[in-house]
Amino acid sequence: MSEKTKYITELRESATFDRSTMAEIRRAADTGIYDIRGWGAKRKLPHFDDLLFLGASMSRYPLEGYREKCNTQVTLGTRFAKKPIVIETPVTIAGMSFGALSANAKEALGRGASAVGTSTTTGDGGMTPEERGQSTKLVYQYLPSRYGMNPDDLRKADAIEVVLGQGAKPGGGGMLLGQKITERVAKMRTLPMGVDQRSACRHPDWTGPDDLAIKILELREITDWQVPIYIKVGATRTYYDVKLAVKAGADVIVVDGMQGGTAATQEVFIEHVGIPTMAAIPQAVQALQEMGMHRKVQLIVSGGIRNGADVAKCMALGADAVAIGTAALIALGCNDPKYDEEFKAIGSAAGFYDDYHEGRDPAGISTQDPELSKRLDPVEGGRRLANYLRVLTLEAQTLARACGKNDMRNLEPEDLVALTVESAAMARVPLAGTNWIPGQQPF
Amino acid sequence: MKTIDLAKQTVRDLNQALHDQAAACTETEWEVLNPKGQHNLAVGLDQKLKVDIKGHAGYYCGGMNKEADIVVHGSAGQGVAENMMSGSVRVKGNASSSAGATSIGGLLVIEGDAGSRCGISMKGSDIVVTGNVGHMSCFMGQAGTLVVCGDAGDALGDSLYEVHIYVKGEVKSLGADCIAKEMRDEHIQELSHLLKRAGVDEDPHAFKRYGSARQLYNFKVDNASAY
Repeated sequence: MSEKTKYITELRESATFDRSTMAEIRRAADTGIYDIRGWGAKRKLPHFDDLLFLGASMSRYPLEGYREKCNTQVTLGTRFAKKPIVIETPVTIAGMSFGALSANAKEALGRGASAVGTSTTTGDGGMTPEERGQSTKLVYQYLPSRYGMNPDDLRKADAIEVVLGQGAKPGGGGMLLGQKITERVAKMRTLPMGVDQRSACRHPDWTGPDDLAIKILELREITDWQVPIYIKVGATRTYYDVKLAVKAGADVIVVDGMQGGTAATQEVFIEHVGIPTMAAIPQAVQALQEMGMHRKVQLIVSGGIRNGADVAKCMALGADAVAIGTAALIALGCNDPKYDEEFKAIGSAAGFYDDYHEGRDPAGISTQDPELSKRLDPVEGGRRLANYLRVLTLEAQTLARACGKNDMRNLEPEDLVALTVESAAMARVPLAGTNWIPGQQPF
Repeated sequence: MKTIDLAKQTVRDLNQALHDQAAACTETEWEVLNPKGQHNLAVGLDQKLKVDIKGHAGYYCGGMNKEADIVVHGSAGQGVAENMMSGSVRVKGNASSSAGATSIGGLLVIEGDAGSRCGISMKGSDIVVTGNVGHMSCFMGQAGTLVVCGDAGDALGDSLYEVHIYVKGEVKSLGADCIAKEMRDEHIQELSHLLKRAGVDEDPHAFKRYGSARQLYNFKVDNASAY
């Protein structure tokens, strides 16, 4: 034993160049291409787990669980639309495309959402009959690519969502790699089969908020002012984006934080662009309040919503509703351990699978393979999603009642405290046990 | 003929009146007076109407048109005939940027010049420009035909998919993955037919054809500098 090694008691891994970092360097050196994957940010971020509710006690009066009502119904699009959308639970299904997802998965999302009286949303690829047929409330996304966009489907929609960005990749366009551009997907998008489809990151016929205001008026004219028009942004400069969205004429604003999922994006984009969902909400609410539009222009928040506590915390911070994507897919069976052997066979494992772009999802959700797609029964998938949505709603109601609220939207920041200085600063609620809100008051 | 005077009525009145024709279609000929560059004129039409706009139009005139034949007796703003499905839009003057953006079908004729990004992301329509087109025209064009009787600006056909582009004049530069291609008989016939449909008197043999080199259809690291 050398003089040096006799003092080494354990191997020491570099915090900077850890094994994951080194593996990525080797992968980049091997392939010469950036890593593309699905899912959302996997790094640890300040999130809703860092917030706690202050349940009622002496100074607040709680509501009796199961006996006293706590309203969960929310009306979206009350500003201009003749027919606002009424959802029975403040949890909606976020936009996910046919193409990224199988037709069965889209149908299951529609079935699940409809069973609990909420909305689902198309994606970058147009509206499928399966989805429209099974969705009582369907939001039609208007994206830069305009794949599959047509006035007939526009008029069939219950709302229109103009997508400016996505939390997983604000400032980036979509991609759908050739493995998933099947004949049907290609036809809907007017693309050659098998191409690596690159969606534009900017809309083709407007460039700024003043143009967007005219674009929104066009959509209203085409649909005779019937349906609400949402604007969706990835969370970055949220305060300013929300103000501009209101000015452009949005009925509803959707803010998607960086934990929001994607079907395929560069890893570097997913992990290094955007701000956490929790940090975006207070910015959005401040913008709405300053314009006198809070609750008049409804705010939907998405990105990393997992349980009823997350729903309730978003609403306490001022959101009118939330949207879920990744969690909805997990409810359908995404990353289900029963397929662990098959996940391992394609170089992943249940709970880790994020190569949605490859189209080999053993759970039959993020694929266009007909045999794999059959594994997801849309009726059973819809039932599972409906169950999950009911649990989210019940959990959120439980917390709202404990805070003495008879309506989910009566939750307020005053009901929350933060566990960390970071989350206190981002959420703009006091650090637990103090009255200190970093950035708002001097220590 | 029905007349809507936008000095006395609103754009909403105009579009609602045109949309109301969808069911019965009792009035097929419409005249729009005093448009004065207002936006969103005659958008979302869904019936075989003939609409004459007697003056300049603002943004998105004829947007998402189906079946109707719309004539702008003046110039048109950004995004004229955007996402058109069928029918036709004819602009007697010039058109601003993004003319025919994402258009899926129908015929767009611009008798003057078109600005930048003419035919951006077009998906199957036919666009004929009698004059010049600006930079990045036909960017990410997917399907259809773009005919330019004058000159084309920088980066024509950048990131092109399957649009057929014909240009009579000079092309300042071609975009990524867009190349000059051989003009074969079938292309002469296609162009000849389209010029005739557009009512444009040009010799198809005087045009050059451009299309996708299809080198960027699937990512290859050797092409990284083109992305």
